[in-house]
Amino acid sequence: MPRRDDIESILILGSGPIVIGQACEFDYSGTQACRVLREEGYRVVLANSNPATIMTDPGFADATYVEPLVPGVIESILDVEKPDAVLPTLGGQTALNLAMELHNSGALEERGIELIGARSNAIATAEDRALFSEAMEEIGLGTPRSGIAHSMDEARAVIGEIGLPVVIRPAYILGGKGTGIASTVEEFEAVVRNGLEASPISEVLIEESIAGWKEYELEVMRDHADNCVVICSIENVDPMGVHTGDSITVAPAQTLSDVEYQEMRDAAFAVLRRVGVETGGSNVQFAVDPADGRQVVIEMNPRVSRSSALASKATGFPIAKIAAKLAVGYTLEEIPNDITRETPASFEPVIDYVVTKVPRWAFEKLPGSTGELGTQMQSVGEAMAIGRTFPESLQKALRSLENGRAGLNCDPGESAFDAVPTPELLERSAKGTPERIYEVESLLRRGVSIEEVHDASRIDPWFLDEILAIIEERRALAARGKGRLALEAMDPRLWRRAKRLGFSDAQLSHLWEIPEREVRAARGTAGVLPTYKTVDTCAAEFAAETPYHYGTWEDTTEVAASGRRKVVILGSGPNRIGQGIEFDYCCVHACFALGEAGYETVMVNCNPETVSTDYDTSDRLYFEPLTEEDVLGVIESERRSAAEGGGSLAGVIVSLGGQTPLKLADALPPELVLGTPPRSIDAAEDRDLWGSLCARLEIPQPAGGTATTLEEAMQVVERIGFPALVRPSYVLGGRAMEIVYGNEDLERAWAAIAAEGSLGREGGLSATRPVLIDRFLEDATEVDVDAIRDSTGEVLIGGVMEHVEEAGVHSGDSACVTPPVGLSDATVAVLEDYTRRIARELDVCGLINVQFAVKKQQLEGPEPDGATGQVFVIEANPRASRTVPFIAKATGVPLAKVAARVMCGATLADLRSEGVLEPPIRDGHVAVKEAVLPWNRFPDVDALLGPEMRSTGEVMGIDSTMAMAFLKSQLAAGDDLPREGTVFFSLADRDKATGALAAQVLVDLGFRIVATSGTARFLGAEGIEVDQVVAKVTPGAGGDDGADGVELISSGAVQMVVNSPRGRGPRADGAHLRRAAGSAGVPLLTTASAALAAARGLVEATKGEMSVRSLQDWHARSRGPLGADRS
Amino acid sequence: MNGATTDDVVPAAILLADGTLFEGEAIGVYPADGIARGEFVFNTVLSGYQEVISDPSYAGQVITFTYPHIGNYGVNALDEESRHPHCSGVVVRNLARRASNHRSSGNLGTWLADHGIPGVAGIDTRRLTRHIRDHGAVPGVFGTAPVEELRAALGSARPTDGIDLVAGVTDPEGRTVPATGGATRRIVALDLGIKSTMVRELARLGTVEVVPAGTTASEVLAREPDGVFVSNGPGDPAAVQGVASELGALLGEVPVFGICMGHQMLAAALGARTYKLPFGHHGGNHPVQDLGTGKVEITSQNHNYCVDPETLTGAEVTHVNLNDGTLEGFRCTEVPAFAVQYHPEAGPGPHDSRYLFERFADLMDERGRR
Repeated sequence: MPRRDDIESILILGSGPIVIGQACEFDYSGTQACRVLREEGYRVVLANSNPATIMTDPGFADATYVEPLVPGVIESILDVEKPDAVLPTLGGQTALNLAMELHNSGALEERGIELIGARSNAIATAEDRALFSEAMEEIGLGTPRSGIAHSMDEARAVIGEIGLPVVIRPAYILGGKGTGIASTVEEFEAVVRNGLEASPISEVLIEESIAGWKEYELEVMRDHADNCVVICSIENVDPMGVHTGDSITVAPAQTLSDVEYQEMRDAAFAVLRRVGVETGGSNVQFAVDPADGRQVVIEMNPRVSRSSALASKATGFPIAKIAAKLAVGYTLEEIPNDITRETPASFEPVIDYVVTKVPRWAFEKLPGSTGELGTQMQSVGEAMAIGRTFPESLQKALRSLENGRAGLNCDPGESAFDAVPTPELLERSAKGTPERIYEVESLLRRGVSIEEVHDASRIDPWFLDEILAIIEERRALAARGKGRLALEAMDPRLWRRAKRLGFSDAQLSHLWEIPEREVRAARGTAGVLPTYKTVDTCAAEFAAETPYHYGTWEDTTEVAASGRRKVVILGSGPNRIGQGIEFDYCCVHACFALGEAGYETVMVNCNPETVSTDYDTSDRLYFEPLTEEDVLGVIESERRSAAEGGGSLAGVIVSLGGQTPLKLADALPPELVLGTPPRSIDAAEDRDLWGSLCARLEIPQPAGGTATTLEEAMQVVERIGFPALVRPSYVLGGRAMEIVYGNEDLERAWAAIAAEGSLGREGGLSATRPVLIDRFLEDATEVDVDAIRDSTGEVLIGGVMEHVEEAGVHSGDSACVTPPVGLSDATVAVLEDYTRRIARELDVCGLINVQFAVKKQQLEGPEPDGATGQVFVIEANPRASRTVPFIAKATGVPLAKVAARVMCGATLADLRSEGVLEPPIRDGHVAVKEAVLPWNRFPDVDALLGPEMRSTGEVMGIDSTMAMAFLKSQLAAGDDLPREGTVFFSLADRDKATGALAAQVLVDLGFRIVATSGTARFLGAEGIEVDQVVAKVTPGAGGDDGADGVELISSGAVQMVVNSPRGRGPRADGAHLRRAAGSAGVPLLTTASAALAAARGLVEATKGEMSVRSLQDWHARSRGPLGADRS
Repeated sequence: MNGATTDDVVPAAILLADGTLFEGEAIGVYPADGIARGEFVFNTVLSGYQEVISDPSYAGQVITFTYPHIGNYGVNALDEESRHPHCSGVVVRNLARRASNHRSSGNLGTWLADHGIPGVAGIDTRRLTRHIRDHGAVPGVFGTAPVEELRAALGSARPTDGIDLVAGVTDPEGRTVPATGGATRRIVALDLGIKSTMVRELARLGTVEVVPAGTTASEVLAREPDGVFVSNGPGDPAAVQGVASELGALLGEVPVFGICMGHQMLAAALGARTYKLPFGHHGGNHPVQDLGTGKVEITSQNHNYCVDPETLTGAEVTHVNLNDGTLEGFRCTEVPAFAVQYHPEAGPGPHDSRYLFERFADLMDERGRR
């Protein structure tokens, strides 16, 4: 059946900000859906609050709404756009939940709008535990046996039926309180007693424990003619008990016999049919008892998921694209397989390689988090690797993670567990943690048997044996001796054996104590070079058209010769806090821009969630780790392809993917680095070079110095004074950055940085990369400027962004606004002038981001015209910054595209005449970017902003006033600010003046104010009425009536909390207040300036309804008739 | 074996008839001269290696597995598709050192050796697969003998064309398998190299009397069957002697269901011709459309020869392969008989097409009512 003609326009719901559990994969799926549905001729309307996404680029939809993803706002969009259908299955859980709310409220029905992709009853059956269990029972599929109890007697009856061990989960609790596993009757009674107490309705769910079972996922698709296919099977290396997003996973399934696999396949289809997924992709999760093969269904997602992104990249089958086509009426056999082009999409991909995915966590950024993995996902990103065998792909995935490890072993990190006694290490390996895979390696390397390691870790013996193969090879390689002796002992067969097990040159370099370059040279001399094979969905059965490659060590390579001029673009690797989707956005735009300009684009990346690793994005994709060896291999392969085809390699772009590719710049042939020369990157990072550059340009910077020892650091602060900002060089996201107020703080910060160094994590301390110490400017306003300089020296100022939070909060965690409504034109002129001078002095060709601190003449509010604040430059980065996509949406300038072209030699004038570059929009609307923080995942971590970045994602609010744009940004970030009620204030001294301004606005709006004693005194003195004075935590310790702030917040009597801390460190009472706000789900503002912005937004909110407008409309209006004409 | 982590591996090589050389390590067991031969084909299944290797249809062939890890979950008696493997050899990228699965009763490497099957591991199987894809199934020699000796033996490597391989795999003794579900039908199954899974599926429908390939039509009819089943089998259907003509004598007398070579034999009985596909269909993921319902089923496939639909008379096409449009199934218009080229019984492979056994049951019952 062909496409549906009864619908003309479709609203696609995006997934909002990147949060843990919901990342770039939905930009990938949403972008595919937008492209496909427009190709099919539908009018596509998109709603997504996340400006960093590729899908929200105005070119991907007919109307793009960067608006909060809440029902009221979506209803406004429905009223403006009047779409025929809403497609919610490509925007993760956010979109699915939103669609359900719209359905349940009748908002869709009353407008006659159809939900396509998944019906509401299917979503309900899949999402509701009880309905799902019932449905599974109905079709005869096993789920874990369970029962509900309200008393100890009922609980005993339940285990009488299902036996021990069991998991006990209290009903209606937050953060897993009272949950536990019981293996004995004593444990059982204790956990049940706790659970009944913890549950407000005295109810516990008792479920058969399947912890330790094998875990599988099937990615399946169904069309409306009931054709079902499995796209990919995935087996988890980590057994049940660790969330699949936090597990090391492998595709395809490795340890299932065909009989078992087919049983699982039949079950997956039965689930799809029973749940009622009529069209699209779903994933079904299974647990298998290794003892007898019993299979139970764990859950299913009736939508495209993170696993589907992984499955798409793992097989080359574009699940999201096909799902979008199925949603508009096609059947699978009507859709061609893009990769073979000759065969239809109604088949099941087979692969002839092994894919391994390893998650990446950010526990080091979240002091107080336990680091223990469980049923709730905690990872912030992942790396995927493709190899011909599991050992090879595992080692490739591990070195893709950029956590300082070169593979499974043979690196400085391999000795981390040497001192841990075997019994203790076995015990540790029973717990899922980021270190488990290395613990297992350490155990097997010291000779502990596979049986023992399996008994402790429950990792399947097959995986353990393959890991043992790596260890045995390590032993054999070590036996070759050290240095040149080892190189001489290797012959081609031995080299190939090691490489086929995934050993990198860096690992061999460590093992043999010889520079990596020499290892590579000796290997090359032996003729052992990487070969590149193709991901083709069919294991080479058919000729593939799509150049999607991975490196491995075989006989022949499959990269085609090419006669074109190529550019290699290095991606940004796994998502992490500080480096995520924004950089993928930049790389993807570079691909698009250079492709349009006639270049052959070659992408290298290892992040399966991204648009950049879609085989459609570039002309050629290498799914490879971003390490020196792997990238040089790709460059060599592309040189060969060019040499054979008469083409040429123009160069490599390293400055669009964040720190990951930038760190590789030095390893590349200098003539291949496009854009800003590597020496300029060094000049911006090197403290002395940078200092003298600023002095030469007469641009003020905060006093500062560098240190490699604590003594030197002490000397620096003696000179510059406290407070001081301490940070390692060459890091992104403010890793280990701290503001110190005294020597004690400094010693603690130093110890933290030194400890990181010893673990070999990125940004660790080393003599070549000293620690930077600067005077911290209190009460300054931070400003970011993004600009592009071309080879003629012309500088384009892309955007000036004023931070809402004061200096000291990491720029990635601070809300910011453009145009900078609080700065005078005179100050902006100074900022732009400094930016131009710095860009020229650094010989920038491409993007530069400069951060400034502005000491305004007055503390608050916009600067008067003509007044110029005191401007200090903090740092400059001659590369793409995190704000590039936000600026593109706010000002309409595709900075990343322009930068890519400029790096390849185009001038800004060229691009203007081509129409690629239009003047930035500076007036007409205000855009606010707000950070989204992961506090709700980590209830034990203090919800404080500081110089180290913690946010996982961002949202944008756009409107005609700053106040409304800010309000939208808060709503989009998940904080629906109250319109009435009580606001709790507890402020540090330096914030009290600004806080009073905010409090006054709130009182004028009719809010009641509650404050801690010191804050109350200050507010009182300012003439602001405080309704109640309370102690922070301990009753009687300063409170008038003995009430306690934590109790007050927890009781629900407070609708918003404003709590600003001074400095960093455990200020226990403030932390308790913030935690209470988190648990009670009360909006929390931790800076006075954010409180003021919020208060002003609320004033705006009282003036009328929140209105919506598409980006295309904003841009056209702001550009005026001229812009509108250009459409 | 595992890309080899021990130094005690025995080098082995594959030399194809066109002179292409592949180097790896020996697995399984070789004749004393260290030389084995066969026609090289590939199979793309991700699981089910034991069923594939023990499928008698592979007689005369060397199976290259495209999935690199083979042997992970071991071997067991239940997954045997015949009493012993008939293939000429096995090529893998990586043979598992350790098997892990509750169903496993042994290790694939040992099992190959026990059954006298030679093989090569460590091969760039993707290169070999692409070679077969581009040049067709190709004869070759392989083994532990030096390359010069392999080259000298190359003349002895033959393709399967024109050779009757059925005689070598059919069980001359025959056997009777009781019905499993209490069904009372009697089915005579003509064994051209029948797979155990087929017998198992047929036994759900009734008692199965497995008879050797040379059984005549009158011998079959003497057993008074409700239906006749014609099994899969190895090699070139045009070279198989006698079966088609005996089958012709059965048509109209009793309902007939054919699978794979059985399909080709039924076509031949109707006077149709077969031709050799470039590299055959060998895998578990081929989409086949049932033209009656429009539904697509994912199928298990293993054949090098195909029926030419242009030459087919007295029958209508019921199933086509969506990858290459080749004939996958037909139904006789005049007599109660139908056949499919692919493997609805699976083993290994998806269960999407098992409804065909129900169709056979219906056909038998319809016949019985008349």
